[in-house]
Amino acid sequence: MSATPSSTAYRQSPVSRTVAMLVLGVFTLYFLTPIWWLFIAATKERGDLTTTNPLWFSDLNLVENLQGVFSYGDAILPRWLLNSVLYAGVGSLVATVLAGMCGYALAKYAFPGREVIFNVVLGGVLVPATALALPLFLIFAQVGATNTFWSVFLPSIVSPFGVYLARIYAASSVPDELLEAARLDGAGEVRTFFSVSVRLMVPALVTVYLFQFVAIWNNFFLPLIMLRDERLFPVTLGLYNWNTVVNQVPELRLYVLTGSLVSIVPLIVVFLLLQRFWRSGLGTGSVK
Amino acid sequence: MKITSPLLGAASVALLLTLAACGGGDSGSEGAAEGDGAAAADCEPSDGEVSLTFFSWVPGIEGVVDIWNEQNPDVQVEVQTGPNGNSGTYQNFFNQLEAGNPPDLGQIEFDALPNFRVQDGLTDIGGCEGVMDSQEQFVDWTWSQVQLGEEDAVYAIPQDTGPMAMFYREDLFTEAGIEVPTTWEEYAAAAEQVRENDAYITNFSTSDINQFAGFVWQAGGSWFGNEGDTWQVGLDSEESVQVADYWNGLIQDDLVSTLPPWTTEWDNAYNSGDAWTWISAVWGANSIMSGAPDTEGSWRVAPMPTWGDEQAAGNWGGSTTAVFKGSEHPHEAAQFALWLNTSEEAHEALIEAANLYPATTEGQQLPALSEGVPFYGDQEIYQVFTEAGATVPTEWTWGPTMTQVYNDVSDGFSAAASGNGSLAEALTSTQESTTSALESQGIPVGE
Repeated sequence: MSATPSSTAYRQSPVSRTVAMLVLGVFTLYFLTPIWWLFIAATKERGDLTTTNPLWFSDLNLVENLQGVFSYGDAILPRWLLNSVLYAGVGSLVATVLAGMCGYALAKYAFPGREVIFNVVLGGVLVPATALALPLFLIFAQVGATNTFWSVFLPSIVSPFGVYLARIYAASSVPDELLEAARLDGAGEVRTFFSVSVRLMVPALVTVYLFQFVAIWNNFFLPLIMLRDERLFPVTLGLYNWNTVVNQVPELRLYVLTGSLVSIVPLIVVFLLLQRFWRSGLGTGSVK
Repeated sequence: MKITSPLLGAASVALLLTLAACGGGDSGSEGAAEGDGAAAADCEPSDGEVSLTFFSWVPGIEGVVDIWNEQNPDVQVEVQTGPNGNSGTYQNFFNQLEAGNPPDLGQIEFDALPNFRVQDGLTDIGGCEGVMDSQEQFVDWTWSQVQLGEEDAVYAIPQDTGPMAMFYREDLFTEAGIEVPTTWEEYAAAAEQVRENDAYITNFSTSDINQFAGFVWQAGGSWFGNEGDTWQVGLDSEESVQVADYWNGLIQDDLVSTLPPWTTEWDNAYNSGDAWTWISAVWGANSIMSGAPDTEGSWRVAPMPTWGDEQAAGNWGGSTTAVFKGSEHPHEAAQFALWLNTSEEAHEALIEAANLYPATTEGQQLPALSEGVPFYGDQEIYQVFTEAGATVPTEWTWGPTMTQVYNDVSDGFSAAASGNGSLAEALTSTQESTTSALESQGIPVGE
């Protein structure tokens, strides 16, 4: 019987704190080791790659490697990075706007077929992007639009999960009374959305943006199927290409590693900038 | 109600797209059918300016194609690129053939050609100007593999080859007083002596089956054969089983290691002197240089050990330039493929860009391939490979389902290496699985 009152105290006991920290520490190590390995590998000369300790420095060669990887193949890597930023950065921005509007409409307007549409969108969450790549390729081939910027960009601006999250969030965070007040003040529906509702939905929208950014950045299969022009590749596909011909051009092994290190930098930056919003966005839905 | 219309609009657009996809599929395949009729009948030059698309994963291929584009203002070739064949490009080619928009030309490895042929994805360029006459320039076996068993047909122009020889650690052999083996019998004896020095004579690849296929090829066997539309499967043929039993013995007696190839572990075995020989193709010279940098100057190249007195070598790798079905300019495409794979300037540029080892006898004599290589103690290693290339048997034929064959053999070999079954048993079971794989694709299998 005396166990019940002590349960809150138990949670904060030094033992459990230590255990929690230990578990967190182990996982941190587990996740950071590959990045550390990558960083170390990118600082090495090609010959040292296999012959020296993979987790510690040998000759520092990072600057030369960076120069090499940025200039290889007529300086194609900066182009790939730019493409990735366009596909992921702009694509997820458009996706967030579309998902936000759609979710808001589903939450705040009653119209026939609303639940049907929502359920169809919800079904879309279950379909993996990989399974859609081939049908998308065949559709784009019909209109002669494969191997174009749009063939990767357009499919990227659709986010069923974003619609779902935006609807749930809009339903709980945008009061109907506020919308009524805006209407009475003479604001149109579009203006109400952009100047009132969007501000209330920011945490959810940031979450959608981050999810979609990561999804597009890591979406490898769609560009693999769609693109044949090297100048349109995102950085993931470009590095993969290099990796498949390492046998023919041995210096590429090092460039793939250095390029991978460079390619994770934008992801880290986006996360550091937006993680505050993301945390509140994820938490809010669950407490409701 | 204002709000509903965009959503309904979106839904109807989606519906329209689906319908368009269904309707359009038909017109696409009709277009392809017309195209192939024209190509098979004759191979006439097109009027006016022609632009071609050429897909290749050779690094630096753009620079090579630029030379052609400068010299041929009327036939401009645009390079498309992607990962190597089995890493996604072949699947993409099939998707593009399905959608009716493949490039005009594409790089296809020898072992994948039959699959494209069986799926009707290639244009026969045998009737194109200069193609048949180019036969004598190419190493014998390459030509029989691009004809695919048809006398008057040519489905691709050979690009590069991978004749096999034996890389060995000259310093270690001399130090231990072991003769460099020239036959497989001597090789097995040397393996025991090397093992006494606490090392392995070589590493046998159980996952990359192309090496083993090269061994069988050398022995004069063939895993496939075809006459017309009918295919024969010979994975468990006499030569194939002989080679399998030989390596099975070495593995059983722990005389060869079975590390997965192309891994750091594997690089280390060669870099640290745990493995003394590697029987590999000409491009292996670069793999050793990059994977085992500490061994500079210690390696030499000798012909691969033989089964009898007669010299013969296997082949590992190599690719072709093929013209896809539906190309509107087969004549120009064939001319470009010929230039790319027979002209001296293109060969020099390909060697420079990606160390490609040409498929023509003249290309193999180029100055870039006759010099001594410092990493190999200034030995003129390419001479060995050129001689090896001339002794590669012409009987070998690849099958239409090589991915399945590689997977099945590799599964069996890996099991055998860890003590379950033998290499020969793996071949027998793959013989069965391959026969049923062909039959399930509607490909007739003969005796």
